[in-house]
Amino acid sequence: MTAATTAQLIDFAYITAAVLFILALKWLSSPAAARHGVLAGEIGAALAVVATLFNPALTEYRWIVIPLIVGAAIGVPLGLVKMTAVPQRTALSHAFGALSASVIGIAEYYVRAPHVTKFGMVEIAMEVVIGALTFTGSLIAAGKLQGILPQRPITYRGQNYVSLAVLGAAVILALVLTLHPEFMRLFPVMIGVALLFGVLLVTPIGGADMPTVISLLNSYAGLSAALLGFVLDSKVLVVAGALDGSSGFILSVIMCKAMNRSFRNVMFGAFGQLPAGAQAVEQERTVRSANAEDAAGILAAASKVAIIPGYGMAVAQAQHKVRDLYDVLTKRGVDVRFGIHPVAGRMPGHMNVLLAEADIPYDRLIEMDDMNSDLAQTDVALVIGANDVTNPAARTESSSPIYGMPIIDVAKAQTVMVIKRSLSPGFAGIDNPLYYMDKTLMLFGDAKAFVGDVVRELSAMQAPAAAAGGR
Amino acid sequence: MPPDFLSNLFVFILAGFVGFEVIKRVSPLLHTPLMSLTNALDAIVVVAAITIAGLQETHLAVVLGAIAVAASFSNMVGGFLITDRMLRMFKSGRAKKS
Repeated sequence: MTAATTAQLIDFAYITAAVLFILALKWLSSPAAARHGVLAGEIGAALAVVATLFNPALTEYRWIVIPLIVGAAIGVPLGLVKMTAVPQRTALSHAFGALSASVIGIAEYYVRAPHVTKFGMVEIAMEVVIGALTFTGSLIAAGKLQGILPQRPITYRGQNYVSLAVLGAAVILALVLTLHPEFMRLFPVMIGVALLFGVLLVTPIGGADMPTVISLLNSYAGLSAALLGFVLDSKVLVVAGALDGSSGFILSVIMCKAMNRSFRNVMFGAFGQLPAGAQAVEQERTVRSANAEDAAGILAAASKVAIIPGYGMAVAQAQHKVRDLYDVLTKRGVDVRFGIHPVAGRMPGHMNVLLAEADIPYDRLIEMDDMNSDLAQTDVALVIGANDVTNPAARTESSSPIYGMPIIDVAKAQTVMVIKRSLSPGFAGIDNPLYYMDKTLMLFGDAKAFVGDVVRELSAMQAPAAAAGGR
Repeated sequence: MPPDFLSNLFVFILAGFVGFEVIKRVSPLLHTPLMSLTNALDAIVVVAAITIAGLQETHLAVVLGAIAVAASFSNMVGGFLITDRMLRMFKSGRAKKS
């Protein structure tokens, strides 16, 4: 085979890979076909990697094979993490993706320098700046999600000006390098400034905003891969990067809408401080509380139950107990469904994965809008570890910081039960009027332990005649 | 403007539209696997990394290329693995009960 035919065959493998990648995402539209999508993606990726290894221009394989083995050795454990750890794993993989894209851009600059065309320099500079800031930003996000760094937003006076100044410096350095690609000493400075900007970008963002931030970083990682495709004139990178970038972008828009906030507000308006005047409404309000036995009785008498889980359920590791509750209620003939808010959890779709892991069938997981149209016909809404996403103040109180945020309107159900440790306000420090409603029963305690107690009470009750006995 | 830039821009815009149309249809149920799958696909950067590491143009290029091979290949392996693990967990109520 001549070198020209080999090159054509390699290109053909890349085209096939690009087609398979698009099919992979297409098949993700239904849970039944989704695993075919993974297979298509795997075949495409394997085809592209193997074809590349046949490139006759490659002279030395040692520094390809060893890193491939190292990569697999890192990748396998990262593919086997617990489902609760998926958000930080995802953030870490954004960091790795951005790292590889930016170091390739850096290598390409030093191979070409100082004879870089102005146009080539624009591409390299954009690619490396976006890659570098995504790298450090994703590492900070992973650190926050893992709990190594504080989840609270870290803010100081004039922060946004400092961040913007640093970003401005990176842009100016990129412009100077474009006009004078031979100023090679400026290149590492530009990288350093971009790395710093990534840190400044994510540090002030709080844990509850992580779904948006992860999506945005996903979009940046895709963009840096696509730009690398421009630098290297590689269409398969352009396609894969564009797919990843648009996916991240769509998810960020969905997350922002689900919190009724703009990009600007998420990035620059550190959330989570106590709103002024929030403490002023200190008045006598009564709360009704109940124990596990009462709760079990109410659930047993219901015919339709909606469970609204939040991140607190995952923190308490209560999902398997919730599954037991689902089982015991279903056996009694109760219709149990789960209302999933788009930002429940720490990344898009996280709550669905946690419940699927606990073996809850996915046709029981209901999206927010469908849940809301059904809640008026629901006997009991049971809130586990969720707070702000059920807060009626988002609909009624224009002074509330979450006013306008779409919520799962549990107050429409006949009875509301909320499992919570105490009455303290949630993550965002916003008071929840739901707890003081007449139809609301507060179930104070640890989510896992309380649900376990309710399950025990229900199992001990005499099973209805129709159903076979408990487990 | 170099001609390869224009053809790449062409591909980028079309792929962006395809991505938008396809991903819009992904059920919110599967948004987490969507992100891990696109992450694994994005790791196709590994082909550029292999080329840089194997061409041996400069020492720096080999070192950076090797780092990029390891980083992107870990995403590829880990991304496909975890996506498949997650999707296997999604069972419909009508399917067999374990």
